[in-house]
Amino acid sequence: MLEVKELKTIFSTRDGDINAVNGVSFFLQPGEALGIVGESGSGKSVSMLSIMGLIPDPPGKIVGGEVLFQGRDILKMSPHDLREMRGNRIAMVFQEPLTSLNPVLTIGNQISESVLIHTGRDKRQAINRTVELLNMVGIPDAENRLNDYPHQFSGGMCQRVMIAMALSCDPQLLIADEPTTALDVTIQAQIVDLVTRLRKELGMAVIWITHDLGVVASCVDKVIVMYAGQIVESAPLKEFYANPSHPYSIGLLRSLPRLDSKIHQKLISIEGAPPNLIDLPDCCPFVPRCKNAVEKCKDNNPPLRKINSSHKISCWVDIPQNEKT
Amino acid sequence: MLALSPLQSEDQIQLQDNRSSNLWVQATKNILRYPSAVIGLIIITVLLLIAVAAPLIATHDPILSMIGVPGETGRLPGKVPCLPLFGCEDAIHLMGLDLNGRDLFSRVIYGTRSSLFVGFVSISLAIAAGTILGVTAGYVGGKVDNIIMRIMDVVLAFPALLLAISIVTILGPGLLNALIGISITFIPQYARLSRASVLSIKEREFIVAQHALGARPMRIVFNHVLPNSITPIIVQGTLGIGTAILDAAALSFLGLGAQPPMPEWGQILSESRNYLFTSPHLVFFPGIAIMITVLGFNLFGDGMRDALDPRLNRN
Repeated sequence: MLEVKELKTIFSTRDGDINAVNGVSFFLQPGEALGIVGESGSGKSVSMLSIMGLIPDPPGKIVGGEVLFQGRDILKMSPHDLREMRGNRIAMVFQEPLTSLNPVLTIGNQISESVLIHTGRDKRQAINRTVELLNMVGIPDAENRLNDYPHQFSGGMCQRVMIAMALSCDPQLLIADEPTTALDVTIQAQIVDLVTRLRKELGMAVIWITHDLGVVASCVDKVIVMYAGQIVESAPLKEFYANPSHPYSIGLLRSLPRLDSKIHQKLISIEGAPPNLIDLPDCCPFVPRCKNAVEKCKDNNPPLRKINSSHKISCWVDIPQNEKT
Repeated sequence: MLALSPLQSEDQIQLQDNRSSNLWVQATKNILRYPSAVIGLIIITVLLLIAVAAPLIATHDPILSMIGVPGETGRLPGKVPCLPLFGCEDAIHLMGLDLNGRDLFSRVIYGTRSSLFVGFVSISLAIAAGTILGVTAGYVGGKVDNIIMRIMDVVLAFPALLLAISIVTILGPGLLNALIGISITFIPQYARLSRASVLSIKEREFIVAQHALGARPMRIVFNHVLPNSITPIIVQGTLGIGTAILDAAALSFLGLGAQPPMPEWGQILSESRNYLFTSPHLVFFPGIAIMITVLGFNLFGDGMRDALDPRLNRN
């Protein structure tokens, strides 16, 4: 349904071009859930904004690649077609629920507006649909809360409202850009459950962006790990947790607290910081932080290679199983 | 759970309260908490009532000369005033007669109409034009922004009254032309103000979210950007009305605004200025009227700024 090929996005600055996304490729089946993991600045959000055609230009620019959605290249669409697609077929939920809602308009107003944008419904039908959507995302007493303003809602409820807005036109793909980052853990779990439930009910595909491997584990079918604007590992969920194969993924998994680890055991962090994206050298971008690096890593950036039928990594080294945990 | 239930019901009451209060109701409540705003509001309301009910309040026809009218005392205009407002009981003209023998009270009352008219209309026009220009400049950005804002800078470079005088000179004297001249001098203020708000609003996340929903740019501007940037414009507009009334009076004083015999405060001042020492009441009353009006709008504008500015800490 969605196929991204060699997507490249840059941002021009005075110091040079920032290579935010460097040749990202992946595909998504209808109804599938994909998790994209990576630290800040790894290009997760920029890839998604590129897919939506929302990169601010200038300074941003998509310099290469294709984004095929239902057979059409989004990057070549006219602004009119893009607007037609956004919200209608691909919807997006953002990180900060409180700032993603307009503070001076009521909740009911904002959701019914998003219904009105794409459907030919009249105002009353839009309001009915709004109540239906609010019930669907689990806001109690929906009829009476239509006239409330975002500040009268909690963060979790605002995120539910955002999801209701995103779902207003039954999109086939929902992009959730770190929707749980700004929320506390219990609300996180609720939102994850909500999206998972709605995905099954509505049969839509979901791309779930996060830096939280715990969230990913509970709600996706396959995982992509990004580093410095590239995909470093791509695997089905179970395979990823059982057999992480890129040193970066292994490092990420090690840095998580585990239920079976000893009390007072220190978490292992990945040394160093991500590279400057302005002048990326030809080597593997992870080399300076990699414990398994060999001479070859310093000369060539490894391409994504298959290590079994569904599992791909971009690393020259095969790390033995006993070093993976 | 049992222990929690009273708390929950209290929460519910709190929520009910919140729900009943709309943003506008909230803003009005805030404004009414400021004494200066209330006083300003009272002054403005009274002035509006006077303007609307001018024919009922005025005791005489404002442009009818009283010379030779039956029942008049025949007191010559410009002589020592005998005014009921100053304790003289035998006269029938509250503020006396002007130089042409017209009832000054009626003229000052009718003058409220033209002053408020010029104030409201010129500022409304300036806000409309300025906001459209400023929002366009801020939202579109780039060259469009540069061109619009440089033109605004040129307009701002002229002293406001001088620019208004030149515009009226080109268009020809008259109250309507004065109104147009005044409103043009006010446009840059609102253009700058709205551009600044738009620049900060358009980077906010909910605007990106609207793009992601597929909303058209015009829809985003009118439904999302404007409502968020309108507060400072309203405040500036209220303060501007006072200044616009003052400018209108100045233009009329210079003979470029309201033309005789139309009653207008600045014009009354202008007619009477040569008699300042013999008949000070002729400039006193219209002058006071201008002062009270401008004071009313300034008080209200100030109060509104305090009430609507979220950065000021209120308890």
